Amino acid sequence: MLNIENLQASVADKPILKGLSLTINAGEIHAIMGPNGAGKSTLGYTLGGRPGYEVTGGSATLDGTDLFELEPHERAAAGLFLGFQYPVEIPGVSFVQFLRESANAQRKARGEAPLSGGEFLKLAKEKAGLLRMDMDMLKRPVNVGFSGGEKKRAEMVQMGILDPKIAILDETDSGLDIDALRICGEGINAIMRKPDKAVLLITHYQRLLDYVKPDFVHVLAGGRIVKSGGPELALELEEHGYEAVAA
Amino acid sequence: MSALPTRKDEAFRYADLAALEALWPLPVQEIRVAAGETGASAVVLDGANDAAQDIVITLEDGAEYDLRLLNAGSAYGRISVKVTLGKGARFHLGAAQIAGGEQTAEIVTEVVHAQPDAVSSQVVRSVLGGKATGTYLGRVVVARGAIGTDGEQSIRAMLLDRTATANARPELEIYADDVKCAHGCAVGELDQQSLFYLAQRGLPPAEAKKLMLHAFIAEAFVGAGDEEALTEAALKALDAVL
Repeated sequence: MLNIENLQASVADKPILKGLSLTINAGEIHAIMGPNGAGKSTLGYTLGGRPGYEVTGGSATLDGTDLFELEPHERAAAGLFLGFQYPVEIPGVSFVQFLRESANAQRKARGEAPLSGGEFLKLAKEKAGLLRMDMDMLKRPVNVGFSGGEKKRAEMVQMGILDPKIAILDETDSGLDIDALRICGEGINAIMRKPDKAVLLITHYQRLLDYVKPDFVHVLAGGRIVKSGGPELALELEEHGYEAVAA
Repeated sequence: MSALPTRKDEAFRYADLAALEALWPLPVQEIRVAAGETGASAVVLDGANDAAQDIVITLEDGAEYDLRLLNAGSAYGRISVKVTLGKGARFHLGAAQIAGGEQTAEIVTEVVHAQPDAVSSQVVRSVLGGKATGTYLGRVVVARGAIGTDGEQSIRAMLLDRTATANARPELEIYADDVKCAHGCAVGELDQQSLFYLAQRGLPPAEAKKLMLHAFIAEAFVGAGDEEALTEAALKALDAVL
């Protein structure tokens, strides 16, 4: 589904990703772990197309489509969802309004009929329920006044509504208390653990992986993947640290 | 009415003097609110013709007034407001200016806290594209003895193009102790992080921009009696400059 080959990317002319290769097939959940500054968030932003993240070499395709030929909103319509480590607050714009417009913009790009107001609200309510989030919160301005945990749950609600093929979740577990961690983990499983979908979890810690069991775990260090393995690799990292395991 | 002002007059420094000449002398609208009474009005300049208006408001003790302005759509649009507040009076201004092309839009206010314990708040939002010029000159005067004054100005302008100009000058003249006056003033462009966030969810750039500008301009009309109609008129003007 997602094929990344020898990806190199720079931020402000500083090379961060230095030849990263990764293949994620439909139905798989991958976790990327690594120390601070390894390039984990850069990977997510580069695939999402954030301005300032410059691809200097290599390729990334989603179901054969070259991601780097597409604008950020086109990548979203192609089925790529990026869960933000720090979701942005947008005063004056309600979740409901922006998500309906977003969902319908994606549907339009894919040649599908738009969702009516009623259809959208029903969908939003269902996904909010999955994350134990009150619908009233989605009527509020995007992330404004939300706690860290609420922002992350709202990210997962958005993922549920937008129904992507692949979700790249950047430190979804940071800032969560244990209950919110479990709710988010269960949400990810309910929304994304399907034969035609895939997930790339970017995380520092094992704890999210207790809820969302990865099929593969990779260690990212110095801008490339230095070790790959099964779920046991995450436990090994937790026990011995990145330096010992990745050396 | 006096002679046509020149650029030396601070209140007309950024005015389109040629357009002003055709409109001179400006019509003056006088509003007086009796002690303890409340009033509200809205001025909408969204016609194709140039327009300028002077509004003079006197609030007696304990009176309240809510004024909303929409300055959009004219080649030259100017609204000047002078408000004098009595003891414990309250005044709120919510104004939006939207200009594109070669348009000039300006709002000039002078709020005089003549007596103690009066409260004034001003929210001005401008969206400027093309080679438009948008100006807000806002002076707050606190007279001697007007203790307990609370004056607030929130001025923000958004530039759609690097060729547009925003002039924003909040000004305080305080002759009393124990007053609270605050102003925030910012000229900028739309937040890139927010635009990327919206794009990542699938919104095309033009729609993301529009959504954010709608929210920005709507702040001027929050709480207005005819909030919906004013916001709708403003969004229509906004869409015309996008």
